[in-house]
Amino acid sequence: MSWSKEFFKGIIKENPTLVMLLGTCPTLAMTSQAVNALGMGIATTFVLLGSCIVISLLKNIIPSQVRLPCYIVIIAGFVTLVSFLLQVYLPELYSVLGVFLSLITVNCIILGRAEAFASKNTVSRSIADALGMGIGFTLALLLVGSVREILGMGSWFGIDLTFGVLEPILLFATPAGGFMVFGFMVAVVNKLSHYQISKKKMGCEGCPGGCASCTSGCSEKKEGND
Amino acid sequence: MKEMLAILFSAILVDNFVLSKFMGICPFIGVSKKTSSAFGMSIAVTFVMVMSTILTWPIYTYILVPADGSHDYGYLKTLTFILVIALFVQLVEILIKKFMPPLYKSLGIYLPLITTNCAVLGVTILNIDNAYNLGESIVNALGAGLGFMVALLLFSGVRERIERADVPKMFKGVPAALVAAGIVAASFAGFGGLVENLFG
Repeated sequence: MSWSKEFFKGIIKENPTLVMLLGTCPTLAMTSQAVNALGMGIATTFVLLGSCIVISLLKNIIPSQVRLPCYIVIIAGFVTLVSFLLQVYLPELYSVLGVFLSLITVNCIILGRAEAFASKNTVSRSIADALGMGIGFTLALLLVGSVREILGMGSWFGIDLTFGVLEPILLFATPAGGFMVFGFMVAVVNKLSHYQISKKKMGCEGCPGGCASCTSGCSEKKEGND
Repeated sequence: MKEMLAILFSAILVDNFVLSKFMGICPFIGVSKKTSSAFGMSIAVTFVMVMSTILTWPIYTYILVPADGSHDYGYLKTLTFILVIALFVQLVEILIKKFMPPLYKSLGIYLPLITTNCAVLGVTILNIDNAYNLGESIVNALGAGLGFMVALLLFSGVRERIERADVPKMFKGVPAALVAAGIVAASFAGFGGLVENLFG
């Protein structure tokens, strides 16, 4: 299996946000403007890439009984690193992302890829997988963010599109609009993939608490679900 | 007292963790299909939120960033807090499994899922970011938990009806739930300004 397959599956076929429905919290919280969505996506991609490389390197050293705490520490370390970098170089983005920067730690995409892929594969394949998933996540965030910013604020990346004539629909900039836009997007993806997702999708999304719990106990997840 | 009430009610209604801060969306969509499981999950979340706040606030204030200014390890808070929460949840699970089997039966299944619930880590970090003292932090955590419960219970009522409704095929399941959540969130926006008017 070539690495390009690992890379491209994360962008479309197994898009973590729109197909697998992982990491919904940042997808809704950080998408009122396209630029914030892009920032969040890139920060998450960096953490995902870094932690997958380290976890893949350490896969034979970490004992399997304590692997989840180990993964969390590695991920939290990279999150701290990213917040230092943003604080110094992009202080504006740092203050917009706020608490959600720390919450990258519990983004289920990262723990999910670490458990499902990086801990079982070589470093180079993990890099391809992490980059693909990260870019897929970023693109999905950018898509939701663009729709919400264009409809809710009448602009895109801060460029005014209303020409002083059109009135933006404020609802789309509010949390309520976030839920709705994301709902419509998942519906469109459902339609495009011929209703395949609605059957199997409940996977990690349905698992309250995200992927860590999926990986640690799928039987519990099922009970919790119904 | 007035300030405490303001913090409590704004955490429950105005700054609802699920509907306006977007934390804990996974359990919100995942366990809202049935009112009983929604209730169990929110009780467990509220308990873990309050207890984690009681544990993490002193750790931050006395160990990571002590008042005498001898050192500042504030940047370690994400790492420390998530470890404390994970350990605490694990401990509670072991304890109630051993000593309170009936409680474990009803709440135990939700506990392992809470560690990665971003609302728990979120509330502990927000308490520090907002410079709340210990009392305010606990009230804020309680409010966040109760707000989570209100949102989850209201939404599970909506959800039980949607499951039976005839929605377009492409909206079946999660998309319809998300759109409905949007409408519930819009109704919560009506609480804006309420707390300022009551306690301001």
